[in-house]
Formats: sequence, C-alpha cells, structure tokens
Amino acid sequence: MTQAFRIPGAGRVDHAKPVRFTFDGKTVEGREGDTVASALLANGIHLLGRSFKYHRPRGIVSAGSEEPNALVGTSRGPGRSEPNTRATMQEVWDGLTVESQNRWPGLDFDVGAINDRFGRFLPAGFYYKTFMWPRSFWDKVYEPFIRRAAGLGRSPTEPDPDHYASRHLHCDVLVVGSGPAGLAAALSAGRSGAQTVLVDEHAEMGGTLLSEPGVRIDGQGAWGWLDAALAELRGLPNVRLMTRTTAIGYYHQNMVGLCQKLTDHMAAPPEGAPRERLWRVRAGQVVLAQGAIEKPLVFDGNDRPGVMLAGAARTFLHRFGVKVGHRAVVVTSHDSAWHAAFDLARAGVAVAAVVDVRPEVSRVLTGQAEALGIEVLTGHTVTGTTGRLRVASVRVNPVRGGRVGAGRTIACDALLMCGGWTPSLHLFSHTKGSLAWDAGAGAFLPDRKTEECEIAGAGRGLWGIAAALDDGAKAGAAAAKAMGRVAGVGTFAVEADRTGDGVVVKELPTDRNAGLAKAFIDFQNDVTAKDIRLAVREGMRSIEHVKRYTTNGMATDQGKLSNINGLMIAADALGKEAPQVGLTTFRPPYTPTTFGALAGYHKGSHFEVTRRTPIDAWAEAQGAVFEPVALWRRAWYFPQFGEDMHAAVARECRAVRTQVGMFDASTLGKIEVVGPDAAAFLERMYTNPWARLQPGRCRYGLLLGEDGFIRDDGVIGRLADDKFHVTTTTGGAARVLNMMEDYLQTEWPDLDVWLTSTTEQWAVVALQGPNARTVLEPLVEGLDLSDAAFPHMAVAECTVAGFPARLFRVSFTGELGFEVNVPARHGLALWEAIWAAGQPHGITAYGTETMHILRAEKGFILVGQDTDGTVTPGDAGLDWAIGKQKKDFVGKRSLQRPDIVAKGRKQLVGLLTEDPKVVLEEGAQIVADPNQPLPMTMIGHVTSSYWSEAMGRSIAMALIEGGRDRMGEVLHIPMPGRTLRATVAAANFVDPDGLRLKV
Amino acid sequence: MLLIHCPYCDETLPEPEFTYAGEAHVARPADPMALSDEEWRDFLFVRSNPRGTHYERWRHINGCGRFFNAIRDTVTDKFAMTYRAGEPRPNLDALKEAAE
Amino acid sequence: MTQYSAFALLKNALSGHKNWREQWPDAQPKAEYDVIIVGAGGHGLGAAYYLAKEHGITNVAVIDKGWLGGGNTGRNTTIIRSNYLYDESARLYDHALDLWEDLSQDLNYNVMYSKRGVMMLAHNVHDVQSFKRHIHSNRLNGVDNRWLSPEDAKVFCPPLNISRDARYPVVGAALQMRAGTARHDAVAWGYARAAAARGVDIIQNCPVIAIRRGPDGAVQGVDTAKGFIRAKKVAVSAAGNTSVVMQSAGLRMPLESYPLQALVSEPIKPVFPCVVMSNTVHAYISQSDKGELVIGSGTDQYVSYSQRGGLPLIEHTVAAICEVFPIFSRMRMLRKWGGIVDVTPDRSPILGKMPVKGLYVNCGWGTGGFKATPGAGHLLAWTVAKDEPHPINAPFTLERFTTGRLIDEAAAAAVAH
Repeated sequence: MTQAFRIPGAGRVDHAKPVRFTFDGKTVEGREGDTVASALLANGIHLLGRSFKYHRPRGIVSAGSEEPNALVGTSRGPGRSEPNTRATMQEVWDGLTVESQNRWPGLDFDVGAINDRFGRFLPAGFYYKTFMWPRSFWDKVYEPFIRRAAGLGRSPTEPDPDHYASRHLHCDVLVVGSGPAGLAAALSAGRSGAQTVLVDEHAEMGGTLLSEPGVRIDGQGAWGWLDAALAELRGLPNVRLMTRTTAIGYYHQNMVGLCQKLTDHMAAPPEGAPRERLWRVRAGQVVLAQGAIEKPLVFDGNDRPGVMLAGAARTFLHRFGVKVGHRAVVVTSHDSAWHAAFDLARAGVAVAAVVDVRPEVSRVLTGQAEALGIEVLTGHTVTGTTGRLRVASVRVNPVRGGRVGAGRTIACDALLMCGGWTPSLHLFSHTKGSLAWDAGAGAFLPDRKTEECEIAGAGRGLWGIAAALDDGAKAGAAAAKAMGRVAGVGTFAVEADRTGDGVVVKELPTDRNAGLAKAFIDFQNDVTAKDIRLAVREGMRSIEHVKRYTTNGMATDQGKLSNINGLMIAADALGKEAPQVGLTTFRPPYTPTTFGALAGYHKGSHFEVTRRTPIDAWAEAQGAVFEPVALWRRAWYFPQFGEDMHAAVARECRAVRTQVGMFDASTLGKIEVVGPDAAAFLERMYTNPWARLQPGRCRYGLLLGEDGFIRDDGVIGRLADDKFHVTTTTGGAARVLNMMEDYLQTEWPDLDVWLTSTTEQWAVVALQGPNARTVLEPLVEGLDLSDAAFPHMAVAECTVAGFPARLFRVSFTGELGFEVNVPARHGLALWEAIWAAGQPHGITAYGTETMHILRAEKGFILVGQDTDGTVTPGDAGLDWAIGKQKKDFVGKRSLQRPDIVAKGRKQLVGLLTEDPKVVLEEGAQIVADPNQPLPMTMIGHVTSSYWSEAMGRSIAMALIEGGRDRMGEVLHIPMPGRTLRATVAAANFVDPDGLRLKV
Repeated sequence: MLLIHCPYCDETLPEPEFTYAGEAHVARPADPMALSDEEWRDFLFVRSNPRGTHYERWRHINGCGRFFNAIRDTVTDKFAMTYRAGEPRPNLDALKEAAE
Repeated sequence: MTQYSAFALLKNALSGHKNWREQWPDAQPKAEYDVIIVGAGGHGLGAAYYLAKEHGITNVAVIDKGWLGGGNTGRNTTIIRSNYLYDESARLYDHALDLWEDLSQDLNYNVMYSKRGVMMLAHNVHDVQSFKRHIHSNRLNGVDNRWLSPEDAKVFCPPLNISRDARYPVVGAALQMRAGTARHDAVAWGYARAAAARGVDIIQNCPVIAIRRGPDGAVQGVDTAKGFIRAKKVAVSAAGNTSVVMQSAGLRMPLESYPLQALVSEPIKPVFPCVVMSNTVHAYISQSDKGELVIGSGTDQYVSYSQRGGLPLIEHTVAAICEVFPIFSRMRMLRKWGGIVDVTPDRSPILGKMPVKGLYVNCGWGTGGFKATPGAGHLLAWTVAKDEPHPINAPFTLERFTTGRLIDEAAAAAVAH
C-alpha cells in the first residue's frame, strides 16, 4: 500500500524508517512511531472491526486509550497473542500480526450483521423479556445461542511464554499524565528537589502538546519547549520519567499501581526481558494531570467508519502526519473542533463544512473558517450519515426555535465530531473522592478529596495550554511544599493558545423518526439514545440501573466516551438535572491490565513457595513420591523395583512392625516455650495438666479453640523446669504460635514466658520399630537408652551420631520409637548415619502414607482428617487428655454449652468392614437404615480408611452419632451401586494393650 | 494496601507486614466458668461491627511480632491512631478536641 | 403487569418500544404496612414477592438506602450451587436451587439461570477426602455432585491445566451439574417487578435510621429518612449493613462485615463453559454471557464498609487464575469492584425470628448469598408470615451461637493437617 494519506515529513514519526505489519493477512506499511491506528489511517483504512451486538462496521474513533471500537487481535507468534488490543495504543513494528475481531466470515461481509437488520426487536434488555418459552428450550436452544454470541476477540490458546516483573517505588510526588499540566507539575516538584515520578501511558511524553505544535511557549514552539522541558527533567537526578506506563488504580494512603509496558512495541525484545512491570508506588503526594476526554455527539449513524472525534483527527494529523480523509465535515458543540477543522484545512484536507449546534459562535472562528473556504453552518444539526463500510455523506439540517428544518446532504469521507470534553477523573474516583457538577463547565469536577492529591489542568475543567501549565506548576509546587520542600511556581508565556468553550448537549435534534435512529452512545456495546430512554421508561431511575439495563459504559473503555452522554440523556428522560441522577463509579483499572502483570513473579513454582526439609534431596534421590502438605512437600512413599503405591506402602508398614523404619518428621511444627511461667502458660493453653510433668518427660498435648473444638495436637516435652519443646501439626505450626502469642501478649501479659518458633531449627528423624533401639543405641552418647532409664515418653538432650540432639522416646506407630531432633544443618548427615547403621537391621524409609496407616492402626487421630473444626475432645475420645482438676483452659467453658454436652454427638470409633478386603472410601457416609428413601438420615462418615498390612484386612475410623454406645453394631455405607456393611469397633486395632511400647 | 503505624517499632509500614486480629477490648473473662451461656456467647461471637470508628487489633507479624490496638474508620479505612496492647481505650472525641 | 414474551417484544417493536410500562413504580412510603423489609436486594425483594404470592400479605414495603439490587446482589460473581456438606446447608441451598429452576417462568422475567455446572478442584489428599465426603453426603441427600478425574475435568473445562508439575496439581474435581450462574441484576429486577405487580411498595433512596420498639419491647416500625413508617413486623435483610440496623433495635449480632473483591476480564469469544472453583489456590471463575471472565477474589483481612479493597488480594487472585489456567495470562482485567459481606462465626447464615417481637433477620450469608436468593426470600417470607421458621431454616437460628450447635461448613472444608 501507498500511505496515500500520509503527509511527507509531517508529524513525529520517523519517515526514514518504514515498518511492515499485517492486517487480516495483508501487509501494511507504516512508519516508526506509528500506532496501528495511525498506520492504517495513513493507508486509508478506517474499517477495523465489528460491534458487539449488531456487528456494525466500525472504525477508529479516538487516538488514545479511550478507544471503544478499534480493538484488534495482536500477535507475535505462538503463545504470544492477545485479544482486544487498542489499535490506537499499540505501536507498530516489523512483523506484528493484527487481526480484526467479531466478524465471520470476514470484516467486509459479516453474517452477524443480520442482528443490525433486526435491531428494533433487540432493544435494551430484550433478553430479560423472552427466551422463556417453551420452558425446555432455555437449556438446549436459547442459552447456548446467547452464549455463542458472547465476546469480541479470541482467547489465547497456549500458555504465555513471557514473564512479568514487579517493583515497589517510594517517592515524594507522583505526577500522572505528561501533558502541559503534568509537565509543569513535574518541573515544579523536580526543581524543588522532591523525589518526583512522571508517568504517561503513551509512547512519548507531551500529551496535548504533541497535537498542538502551533502553540508557542516561552518563545519556542510547543515541541521545542517540550524537548527542553523533558531534557531538564531528565537531567534532574531526583526525577524519574516513565512512558508506556499507565496508572491503573489509586489505592489507600496514596498507593498507586502502575503498569509499564516494556516490550510490546519492540520487533525483537531483548532475551529474557519482562513483557510488563507492575509498580506499586507509595507517593507522598499525587498530582493527577490526566487531562480530559473528548465526547462524541449522539446522532443517527454516528458510528460509521470515518466518523471520529475531531481531536483525534488533529492528533493523527500533527503527531503522525496522517490525514483522516480527503473531504471532511466537522460537527461540534464546542470551539475546539473548529481548530481541528482549520488545521486539517491548512494541511490540505477539503473541509466541506463546520456544523455547530450552537446558533452563535465567536466571530473569530467563523471568520477564520470563511477565510479557509470552509462553509459555516451554525445552528445546525446532523440527522444521518450514509456509507456501508465508510462514511460517504452526512445529512445536516438547520434548527430554528427548536424546529428542525429541511436537510441537505454533504458528501464526505470523514466526519469529525466534538461534544465537548469530560475531565478525566477516574483515579480520583478510585479514592472515593466526590465529584460536583459544574453547570458552567458542563462537567463533573473534583470536590472533596480523601487522599493527599492535587488535580491539575483539564482534569478540573481548565481549558487551554496556558491554564494547564499554570495550574500544573501550582499543583506541583503545592505537592512539593507538602513534602517539606521549598518550591517556586514557574510562569509561562504562551502564545497562540487556542482556548474555547462549548455547550453540553444530549442527542442531536432530528426531523426523522427518532424511534428508527441509531444514535450510538456506547459504540462497542451498541447502546443507543433510545435504549437509554427505554430503560428510563421501564422504571430504571438510578444511573446504575440504566447502566446495567442497557450495558452503557460497561464495554472495554468503561464508559470513558459514553458515561456523560448516557447521563445527559437519562437525566433528560427523567426530567431531572444531571447531578440528581448521579454518576456511576469508576473502578480500577484505568485501562485493562494484563493478568500476567498482576500475577508478576507468582507463576509456576514461584506461585507459592515450596518448603522442603533438609532430607528432601535424599528422598528425591531414592525416587520418593511426594505429596503437598500445607506449604511443604513431604515424601509420600518410596516405591522400589517398580512397586505401585499399595505394594510400597505395605512393604514400608511391614518393615516398621517387624524390623525398623525411619521417617522424616522435620515438618512437624516446633515451638520453644521458655520462662519461669512456661508451665503455667501451657496449663492455660492446653487441655492437659503440665505443672507436675517432670523435666525429662513428655506428654500428648491437646489444644482447643475458645469455642471448644480441637485445633491442634502434639507431643510436648519438658526439658527443664522453665523449658518446654512443643510440637504441633505440620499445617498448624504458624496458627498455633500466633494463638499462643495472642494469649500471652494480650490476655496474660503477667506471665513471664518467651515463645520461639523452632520448626526450621530442628531436623527430625523418627525411628520406629522393634529394632529401633538396636539401630540407635550405638550412635548415642551421653544417654542410657534402656527402657528403665529412658522409658516411653521420655526426653533428653544427648549426642546422636556426633551431633547435639534432643531425643524423644515417642511413638506415633505403636512400636518402640524415637524421634531424634538435631540442628537442621546436620539433618541429612544424621539421616544418612542412621540409614547406614540400620542396614544390618532391615531399616526401611517410609513416607507419610505409611505413617498415616500405622497411626490409624493405633487409633491416633490426625487433626484435620479425623477432626474437622467441629469436634470436641469428648467427640474424639480424648476426654482423658483433659486435666480434670484444672479450673480453666482455652475452650473449657465452651465444653459446657448445651449442645456440646447433649447426647447423640458424633464420636470417633473404629469400623471394620464385613468383607475384610474392602477398603472404605474416606468421606463415605454411614446410615443405620440402608433401605430408607432419599434424603437419607446420615449418622456419620468415614474419616480414615486403609488397608492394614498388620491386620491383614481393611480398617477404618469414623465419626458416628453416639458411636461409643454402638460397639458391635452393624452399620451401612451406601455406595453407588452397592451398600457396604461394617461393624463398629474400638479404634485401636493393633496391640490394643500397648505391650510393644514396653520394651 | 493500608499503611499502619506500629506503636512498638514507631514506624509506619505497609499492610503485608501486619495481620488483622479482630475487635479490640474484648477481654477474656477472668473466670469463664462463672459466665452464663449468653455471656460466654457474647465474648466468643458478638462483635460491634460499626460503620465508622472501630477499635481493633493488629499484629506486626512480619516485624516485631507484637499485638497492638488501632482506631480505624471502617468507612474510609483511615487510621485515627494506634496504641499498645493493654493501654486503656482512648476517647477519640477527647483526642480530637485536644488536637483542635 | 405487561406479560413479557417474544410476542410482546414483536408487538412493541412495531410501536417503537414506546408502550413498555415501568417495571416497578417508584413508591413513596405509606403511614403503615403489615410488613416492612429493610434491604431491597434479591433476598429482601424475594421475601416481599413470596409474602404476596404465597401468604397473601401484600401490604408490604421494601426499603433501601440506595437503589434496589445495588448491594451484594449486583456485586457478586453469580455462582449458584448447593453441594454443601451438612444436611442443614444442603437442604437450604438445594431448596434455593429448586426455586431457581423455574424462576424465570415464575417471575415472567428471564434471570438466565444457566446450569453450566460448577466444578471444584482438588489439589491434594486433604481436598480429595473433603470432596469425597461432600459427594457422598450430597448423594444420600439427593443433591447431585460427582467426582471427576483430572482428565475428565479437562474435558469438561478445556482451559484447565492438569500438568502434574504444577505447584498445585489438579488431582481431581467435584462437579455439580445442576449448578451454574444467573444474571444477578435480573434477579433483583424480576422480583421487584413481580412483587410490585402484587401490590408491594418498593421505596428506594430511603435510609433506615432506626427500628423503633414500643414500651412492651415489640417492633412498632422504622424511622427513615422519609419519616416514621409503622409496621408490627420488620424483617432485616441488609447484608453488610445488618449489624448497624440491628443495633438500632438494641440487638448486637455475631456478625462482621468484610470487603470482598471481584473482577472481570475484557470480553472474549466463548472459551470457558462452566464455573470452576479452587479453594486451595483461592480462584473462582466463569465466563459471562457477554464474554467476560468473571473472577472472584477473597475477602480482605479487616472489617470495612469502604468497598475499596486492596491491590495485593487482586494480584494473588489473578496469579491463582493464571496458575490453574495458564492460557489466560495475556488476558486483561477490565474492572474490579468490592462488596461488603456479613460473616457469622460459623460462616452459615442466620435466618429466623429474633428475640424481639415482630423482628426477623436474614443475614450472615458471607460470600455465598447470591446462590440462596430465591430460597432465602422464600423462607424469610414463610418465617415472617407464620411467625415461626420453616423446617429448612429452623437450624439457622441466632441461638445456635449460645448452645454451640454451629453449622460450620468452612471448618469442615478448610483445616489442613
């Protein structure tokens, strides 16, 4: 293509650097510095996509991030594609692939456009009124049909190969927006020495100045002044400038989220570079200088490709050197569009007419228009356009005394509109700052602030470059002063500033049947003026109702173009003033933000940390299969010689019961409780008595919540009068410590106790089985391991395999057992030493599955598996663990509540299936009467269930209503297809008298 | 992300350093067994949940580890002040007057 | 009430849609009502509708401080399911599900109840145990819920990542086919229109200042921004603001209000056929009929009425979504918002009579109130009309916090060992 609409040498693109990309498969040439939109316009392409509901042909409306129509799919290869990219923001590079969206089979001819023909049958909210009969059609016909119509672009289909970064940033002053107000604010703040950050979403800084080269500031052209200002800012060490960086949200206490695009504009991103970076900025002061967004006018056919905002046309002309057409008509309610007309005319575009809805317009403007040969049509309206895929003509009519006169048609290939400007206050709205309607400005302006911020320039309704510069300079200085800096307020001599004003209008008057007009307010969602009026007619009086009923403002531009027009028309329909109808709330983000950028580094293995024990590498080398437990990964079982899980676990179980097994118990939570009042503290926390526990002895500890339900358990050893080694469940360690700290610090600050988490300090190797002592004894120094000297539930400090150790004689298996705690750095060496020493004695490494089975064979509970947060000690058969003499402990009072002492609570018991080969499913429900109809009365459920190698049969534990009174009773477990039978038994299957511990 | 002043560290730090710990000044009764079921329920479960000034507890868990109290407005999320655990409940109105 | 139908739509199209009537009038308060419902969300409007339809009580006002449906009804992720563990919960939510089935026809308003299936992902042994317990319990309660292998889960939801190497690999899933989504605003509007048609007054932008009680302690009515309105029965269904309203009647509630955030992506062509929830990684996602991915986040940690919510929670939620569905990494977040959810100590609602004569409450639905909307409304209407709870909501008393008979779904599902 030829770039027939490019003006050689004009704009800020690099005319020496052609860039080629594809649009719907066709190669398009642009220039370095172009956006997709400007490059396509340079080639005369206006048709970029189809609208959501009616599939109407749509083109480029704006030149910025507010673009509702020109959304395209962009791609740079496998895994690197994204839907709904704004053509007005995406920069071009060699090889970029661009596809239009929401059309089939093609952009020029789209079958979905049939919806447009039937548009009168599809008004706002039509779907709430139909698709209800016949009843059966909803699931099978209507709903699938509605769902198929969803969406614009296509989802990526492959995982994203790119990565994303994030950073924190602290500064004195954050300036959002680098137009004249933002630049002046940054200069004031920067010159004062304040740490200043200036961000802008565009590829280059300057904002409006980029589209106003004719203005002169301090004796220079706007672009020359801009270069000098940016050079000064770059030279200040306390100033950081960030382009392609969008302030997405304004959060509590001046935290602003920024999303910086790093590689989407590059043909060949550096290897390993992140695609985007999320910045969390904590600013002392924020200056919001986001400018204003031009409003479209609302008239029939205002959506055809070639109809665009006048300011956008000016931007394409000045910044990109692109004419948006050969023959333009301008329609406006504001002075600013006149200047666009003049600029276009001077650049060689035939401007057929300026149509202004106002009867009176400044003589200066009309005079200039006439001088440029532009027909002036004040007091006129636009009542229609023609052209299937591009505007071909516009129909204009005079309006006199509220009456619309006869229309005439003016041919054009571009129709430029301007309905005035909306101050951009999105971020201000995020802070819940309030807005007030300013009738003079015809806009909502900032009112009450909730955060430390200043709003400068067009954002608070000031119009013109001089005003923006002055206001920005003041705001920047005020922000710097608030941060304790001495700041001057710069002054600017501005010439050829083009200020102006306008009026706020609703939909333009027409002589045609308004009921047939397609006057769009929300372009992307195809919401028209009559949809808004219909919503009001149907009783939607709140602007929120109007929005939700019509979907106005809910498209990807989030109402940047449509909200105010929708409000004005709703207010008119309601016969109220705009502020009485209210404004919908702007929500973060300012523009759509990539999920990957929000996820940042938290991806894959970094999504959450994986905690590993010091022995983890050994287990991995042995081919262990792991399971996640809380944040840890634990060895689940150690398959050998092609064993499946069942065989491996059976072998591990046999080894522990007949010889000796070793187990990595390092993940157990450990808390050191130290101090003169340590015993008194545990006495209050745990259900058990601790005062008389002798140093050198351990006891099983049970911890309740204040609600009386079991929270955690573990063995607690007393090392000295004032020192306890508390163990917790793997998942409960942090919760238990937090709970202990809470009570200690806030309820019992009188107790002299220190709590220290020692989970990571100790590696723990459990050695369990009849040969445990035989294996361990030669490795131990300084301790007699005989049963008499070191009986079950003893603890001592000694040396094991040359390492300082805390040795517990405890058993979670019912076998003779020891748990060796050594400093974590010696954990692996200890493990390997025991492993070597155990070889002659049949030592076997076992994992968590075997541990679970062996404890179930003894009926020991697993908190969180056999209990679920609603189980009391009585329910779990742990009444013995409650100190009967204790006046109080955490949760004791709750155990007296009526429903806790009531009969029929679920109690933990054993369960033996009738068929010993059948292993019940954990979670299976238990009934007394298997023949009852649904819903059945369930009396309990299976909490733990395994194949017991020691018993040669299955075993289970279950919580059953009145379970301990049901010993020997046969109950039923209805499973899909069959009902199983099982007998209630004591939950202590192997060595019920505990003889194996007494060796 | 809130900024919270730890009265022990005397530093204002971002929210991820802290965990919220519920309403403040809900003291555990000295003798729970002497309470009626209703009184015990009130201690366990009933909270003021105001729309406005809220006395609440935080813990500087990724810092000094201390529990402390705060006064925060639940509508604006703004903190009026933080103070150490065990200190009496400040009278916010008196504080405001004193400041004026 | 104009009957809605395809025919009515055609007929009105020919007259330029000029003849549609307002869906509900903007009522001004009368001096007295038989029943006042505080809170014009789906629950409150539903209660008014069922009071009129099933109990013949039509002299009813629904009062809201803002616009109807503007609270959690219009701010949730529209998930509907009933696969709860405890019998009490399963019956409560399944009662709602039964009403959802015919709600569009009943209200003559298409609420777009979409039975697209809700799939809950299991990532570890504990999840498997918990889900199996739910599935077996649901089966015997007549509630549909079934177990899927990771491969079956992927067939049901193609974007799902079932790689064994994931930080939290998917080891299975529980699927309730009857579960799904509905159009949240339509639920409020449909109830409002149907209730108004039966004579209910819907009074918007009228904050309730206090519930007034007489010398005998019984409810007399409510003081509002538009004056005192008399009623012998007042039902409070005000979600996050319930504590504040109840306080005015002298009742302190076991409730705390937390900000809950949700977000949507830009709209895309249909890619996500169902609802997926993962409690372990904290991600909830479906695709709306507009094409947006609708994503639920968690609650912020502190009590708040600000409806703002912080960025870190959103970052975590989006990271979780990308972890389970890596193809969505380049999708973009379009909008995020916050609601205020009222949470009870056992995460189950309170729905019933209060210890004050003439006062009823429906609150404490936490993050899960939308799915219960028709059921909650139906049961609240029953309770108010008969001055006694329906057997289904009888267990959901305020007294359970005194006696200890809690219905703790969260504790049953969330404890790790």
